[in-house]
Amino acid sequence: MKHTLSVVVEDKPGALGRITTMFARRGFNIDSLAVGPTERPGVSCITLRVDCSHHSLEQIEKQIHKLVNVLRVTELVSGEAVERELLVARVTVPPARRGELLRATDALGGRLLDVGPEAVVLEVSGTTEELDAFHELCRPYGIADLVRTGRIGCPRASAKRRAPRRLAAIG
Amino acid sequence: MRMTGGDAILRSLEAEGVEVIFGIPGGAIMPTYDAMARGTTVRHVLARHEQGAGHMAQGYARASGRVGVAIATSGPGATNLVTPIADAWMDSTPLVCITGQVRSPLIGTDAFQECDITGITLPIVKHSWLVQDVKELPATLKAAFHVARTGRCGPVLVDVPRDLQEAVFDFTYPETVDLPGWKPPVTVHPPQIREAARVIATARKPVLYVGGGTLNGDACDELLKLAEAGSLPVITTLMGKGAFPETHELHFGWPGMHGTKWANLGMNTCDVLVAIGARFDDRVTGKLSAFAPGATVVHLDVDPAEISKLRDADIPVVGPLKDALAALTEEIVRRRADGAPGPTQWLEQLAAWREEFPLRYGAAEGWLKPQRVLETLQRLTAGTDVIVTTGVGQHQMWAMQYVLSERPRSFITSGGLGTMGYGMPAAVGAKAARPEATVVCVDGDGCFQMTAQELTTAVLEDLPIVVVLVNNGYLGMVTQWQDMFYDGRRSHVHLTTDVPSYAKLAEAYGGVGLVVQSEAELEPALAEALASGRTVVVDCRVDPAEQCFPMIPAGAAALDMVEYSETVEAKAS
Repeated sequence: MKHTLSVVVEDKPGALGRITTMFARRGFNIDSLAVGPTERPGVSCITLRVDCSHHSLEQIEKQIHKLVNVLRVTELVSGEAVERELLVARVTVPPARRGELLRATDALGGRLLDVGPEAVVLEVSGTTEELDAFHELCRPYGIADLVRTGRIGCPRASAKRRAPRRLAAIG
Repeated sequence: MRMTGGDAILRSLEAEGVEVIFGIPGGAIMPTYDAMARGTTVRHVLARHEQGAGHMAQGYARASGRVGVAIATSGPGATNLVTPIADAWMDSTPLVCITGQVRSPLIGTDAFQECDITGITLPIVKHSWLVQDVKELPATLKAAFHVARTGRCGPVLVDVPRDLQEAVFDFTYPETVDLPGWKPPVTVHPPQIREAARVIATARKPVLYVGGGTLNGDACDELLKLAEAGSLPVITTLMGKGAFPETHELHFGWPGMHGTKWANLGMNTCDVLVAIGARFDDRVTGKLSAFAPGATVVHLDVDPAEISKLRDADIPVVGPLKDALAALTEEIVRRRADGAPGPTQWLEQLAAWREEFPLRYGAAEGWLKPQRVLETLQRLTAGTDVIVTTGVGQHQMWAMQYVLSERPRSFITSGGLGTMGYGMPAAVGAKAARPEATVVCVDGDGCFQMTAQELTTAVLEDLPIVVVLVNNGYLGMVTQWQDMFYDGRRSHVHLTTDVPSYAKLAEAYGGVGLVVQSEAELEPALAEALASGRTVVVDCRVDPAEQCFPMIPAGAAALDMVEYSETVEAKAS
């Protein structure tokens, strides 16, 4: 089963490496990973997508929690969190066929970023499923480059349980 | 106070109360060694190989309960510390390693003796620091010692570029650490203690499964009180050996691959298994799915990540073991006073199994049996202040079986990593920690040759140790596996008993060499060595055919153990 972990870390050299090394060493796979600053200076957030059992997830979380630079580990539980991902693609499409592609992009809330004689660059943000759909939509035209950020997220403002589930607390 | 980074390292060690460090100088750590030459209260023990220095620091830590410190230069000096760091990681030994690094502007350029030691050690340290500003050095060392000894103990590494060791700054040692992300458990949940006590006090067949965390957590007095208050049988793992007096009537042996049959019967047929600072290692459990079937598991550990890692805990108790066991004892005392009876029949059963399935070995038939060496050592040292260290292999398992540890921190071995060559430098470190104790390294001939150069350190640093060499001329444990599981095909395991001549080697290093070839020579030689006050190698030529039993073949269920008297058939491992 897929899980999203939000790991808040001190912005120190090697902090990301310690986390990814732990995953590699204990045989856990990372599906996607996104890193960026947070509202607090000197504090970054690493969002990891992992495919594992609940038992493995608890192990992962406890092992991450022991790392000295890690301030907090939370699982972003589906339904209780908003998750988003960004996709940027260079699609080869002749001028005559751009209209339909741009209309579809627009319908998904995407944007045209750049236009060239043979291709356009598009961006779309959304859920993983929406981006998968957009990816499929672009495929027939010819995708020259496509990159995705991996998902990031935060707890819903509207959810009853405002605080994301903490896994660490045993005993 | 104005000083260089090198001086600051020493002032920091002094502020931490460090008395002894173990190391070897080299280019990138020279400014710090220069500071040593200018004066410090810290004793430096000059090893002959950085791996030796690292294991000495481990032996020091395990014998004293304090943080061990090893120091080395960059590149090969640092990489030679990797094995001790990995060993300390697996066995949770508090260790601070300080390494020199090339000058800051040269980092990343493949400079002479440069290596990314913080990168190399990333998976085997609790934390590491590459110091980037000399002003951070005191706080970094303060944090390093704090992290090494708090929570679950373990190794940390501080890598200091040479230019920072030379840089001058205003030194003050901080009073507190600033580590917002480091929050090991410091309290125990009373409801968990009460629940654990309820289950333990009402168990018909309880077992305390005691691991090395009990020693690291300084909880041995509390363990003794708990066991006695509850009449609870104690089984100690290899790493837990010494946490409970093995001459005590409630001690029932050692579990696992070469543990005693009565201990494995106890562990695997108990109804309540109380794991105390133990981690359900595969060498203890055998086939995990068949381990202690049906037992209710109470797991006490300071590391939450050990809870339910391998075996699901029914009642987890996270927190410092000293507090946890003290609180548990109070509850057990109350429950016993309220009429919950002790497990009398169970204790009788365990004692009966001990009578029925004792450790056995064959008649000498002209050969000195290795078990006899350990039995004799036990007899000669019983009741004395002795610390025994070991290497890894058959001799280690025989030492576990035949040497009875009466006090905490009197048995020092490499458990998790299984580092051959650990024993001798660990003995030197233990002697530095406890000069008043007699320190004996029980070693194999294969292990001994991996770190033999540290005999020099023992002799020249006046840290005399007795090496009892269980010399069978083979990589004995590998040989045993080849004989049992590879149809007896001996592949590159024959070392020979007399090349090198271990007695002559001991003399060449400035020590004393004794050779024992018969049972008659054994006791006089061991007695002479123990009384000599010098570094002695007692080369005991033992039966090369002797195998170590009982044995649970790797991956087999614990109760499918092979015993001494049975025919040993090849079996897939």
